[in-house]
Amino acid sequence: MTEHDKGAHISTIVSADVWEATCKEIGDGRWNLLALWGDTGLVRMALWDTRENEITLIGLACPEGTFPSVARHHPPALRLERAIKDLFGLVPLDTPDTRPWLDHGRWGVCEPLGQNRPAVAKTPYVFLPAEGESLHKIPVGPVHAGIIEPGHFRFTASGETVVRLEERLGYVHRGIEQLMAGADLPHAAKLAGRVSGDSTVAYQLAFARAAENALGHAAPPRAHWLRALMAEMERIANHLGDIGAICNDASFPLMQAHCGILRERVLRAAGNCFGHRLMRDLIVPGGVTADISAKATDILRRLLDVLQKDLPPLVRLYDNTPSLLERTVGTGILKPKLARQYAAGGYIGRASGRNFDARRMIHYPPYGALNFEVQMRLDGDVNARVWIRILEVKQSIALIRQILDGMPEGNIFAPPPLAGTPREGYALVEGFRGDVFVWLGLDAEGRVRRCHLRDPSWFQWPLLEAAIEGNIVADFPLCNKSFNCSYAGHDL
Amino acid sequence: MVLIDELILQGVQMTGVLLLPPLLLGVTRKIKARLLRRRGASVFQPYRDLLRLLHKRPVMAENASWLFRAAPYLIFAFTWSAAVLVPTFATGLVLGRSADLVAIIALLAAARFVLALAGMDVGTSFGGIGSSREMMIAALAEPAMMMVVFTLALIAGSTQLFAIAAYMASSAVGLRVSLGLSFLALMIVALAENGRIPVDNPATHLELTMVHEAMVLEYSGRYLALIELASAMKLLLYVSLIGCIFLPWTLVPAAGGWGACILSFLFYIGKLTAAGAVLALFETSIAKMRVFRVPDFLNVALMMGLLATLLLFVSKGF
Repeated sequence: MTEHDKGAHISTIVSADVWEATCKEIGDGRWNLLALWGDTGLVRMALWDTRENEITLIGLACPEGTFPSVARHHPPALRLERAIKDLFGLVPLDTPDTRPWLDHGRWGVCEPLGQNRPAVAKTPYVFLPAEGESLHKIPVGPVHAGIIEPGHFRFTASGETVVRLEERLGYVHRGIEQLMAGADLPHAAKLAGRVSGDSTVAYQLAFARAAENALGHAAPPRAHWLRALMAEMERIANHLGDIGAICNDASFPLMQAHCGILRERVLRAAGNCFGHRLMRDLIVPGGVTADISAKATDILRRLLDVLQKDLPPLVRLYDNTPSLLERTVGTGILKPKLARQYAAGGYIGRASGRNFDARRMIHYPPYGALNFEVQMRLDGDVNARVWIRILEVKQSIALIRQILDGMPEGNIFAPPPLAGTPREGYALVEGFRGDVFVWLGLDAEGRVRRCHLRDPSWFQWPLLEAAIEGNIVADFPLCNKSFNCSYAGHDL
Repeated sequence: MVLIDELILQGVQMTGVLLLPPLLLGVTRKIKARLLRRRGASVFQPYRDLLRLLHKRPVMAENASWLFRAAPYLIFAFTWSAAVLVPTFATGLVLGRSADLVAIIALLAAARFVLALAGMDVGTSFGGIGSSREMMIAALAEPAMMMVVFTLALIAGSTQLFAIAAYMASSAVGLRVSLGLSFLALMIVALAENGRIPVDNPATHLELTMVHEAMVLEYSGRYLALIELASAMKLLLYVSLIGCIFLPWTLVPAAGGWGACILSFLFYIGKLTAAGAVLALFETSIAKMRVFRVPDFLNVALMMGLLATLLLFVSKGF
């Protein structure tokens, strides 16, 4: 079988018994659930084999429009199943939670990716109960006092202590999966870059790799190195922004001011080198659309020097401000057991002892040729998440140096071959927030039949609910910022 | 003729405490912005904000009661009366006789009481959170403030602010431990009462962490303008208070003539600017406390006030 033929046979369609057995094994921790999504008449699941370090894709045909619930054995699948029900109308049997998730009854239609029926009158959304004397509810959002993305948070508090937090998301649902259906590859790549603005490089990288995987195509080596360069630039910019924003939420704007300056330097360098500050629409299936000149290399090297000079004083400022550490240390602790169960990616998982980094675990090029250590901590509090970010900024600086030194010459784009037959492909890449998973099915003309983009936030949002429990209401913004989950990427 | 002079000076004092607070706020914000390497808005921006609010039609919650409407006027009136009583540049003004420290604290407490009620009036959760936090802070800050008052009264032999200021300016004071302690206690109380970092963050947009801002979240238009002006006036009041007790040498008697009064007024502006700079520097160098740390912070003030009072009972010389 040649590389080009592989794309046709990526996932295995299994029987209901195998599906059930797999669900049980996920619950036992044998597999990590990477993604669970709907397709026409199918549900699909991507699994991470924790022993073999491999990705396995399975599918289950649902002729009756139902499938055995995964969440019954593995709670992290709950919201994914509710989303499948809302979008495709496929019903999870014996699910612990039958409420809708993304569909707030405001779309005008029902199950837009399935039957696409006209909307029926929705029953009001019922929040989970919390009963007891002296408990009171605090509804927050979806419209907030600051300019941030919309999401509703329902706190049940006893005085200042949070007893339960329940999130309600879906306010920024744009129907990207539906827009993807029928799009040609260049257009679909553009759409992928607009899922979550802060991770546009990660999404376009994941999409391009998935498309290349489907077509059995390999981008030229230089393209891989340029992609990694952009991904690391994006990571540095976002981490710097986050470190500052977390400190600002503890009312310490000095850190934010200085981190903001550094972040701006990174974005300007990106703008000068690639022509776009956020490096959007540069990664396409088959390679990249912009090369960097010798002048751009100089700009980047100078940027790295500035970062290496200016970052340590900031880290010292963070570490030598007791009033700030007083807020971050011990706040919003996420237990390693939960991080493992939810397969939490990014700094959230790595701050709670989950040693997973797609760059290291999957070795997608050029990371196999680069030298770096995955950063991990066990304390799982806000401070740990800040520190993972600081360490990853330093790591990315070192990585960019290696990339600039080792970048091979050659083409940056190789046109992908025609599809010919229906195909499917997937990719898992490390964005700044965690692992981004993309699966796509192509039809014989090479158009996207179905594309699923899974943001790392799907498995991080529920953990925020767990991390805030027992903390005080006033510490929620700090915990939330240290998680910095995506609304747009989640609501899609 | 003397009476007219006195009335004019009293008028200057009254308009001064009404017109200067936004400038104090503007200066503080400007310095804070410069410390964060931002350019910052003009020092006159708070005036523009107030004007803008005064031109806007207030939007009221449907279930707002008369209390919600009346509260801004009451808060403004209480705070203004209190601010007028604190000597700014001249002592011995017409209203000076009623300038009793206990009365000033009572006026501020009344304003806070009304504000806390208004915060709960509409029934939003943020208003309730803000009111409950504010009362927690107030319940701890007021005893500390009273201790400071007792200390000053014991030293100066009066709770009358003009008398205290006159005594503090004289050479009879000397260097006293109790005064040092009550100075620190008064600083902490001032930070807490004005909702500054580390107790509250006046610049925050995070609803869940707010104290003062949470209570006024439902206000808009001229009501909000009145409340904003009142809280700026309160900041000015505390600066004037600290100034007239601990740096009283620039104050002049009202009968001292026009030249001296103008000079003293300029000194007062200088004091305000310095206070704004110190506040901005302090706020930039420290993060906000966890809500439940605030009692510890205020207890320090209470302990220092208590210690200062007790020391005076041990010996008049402390």
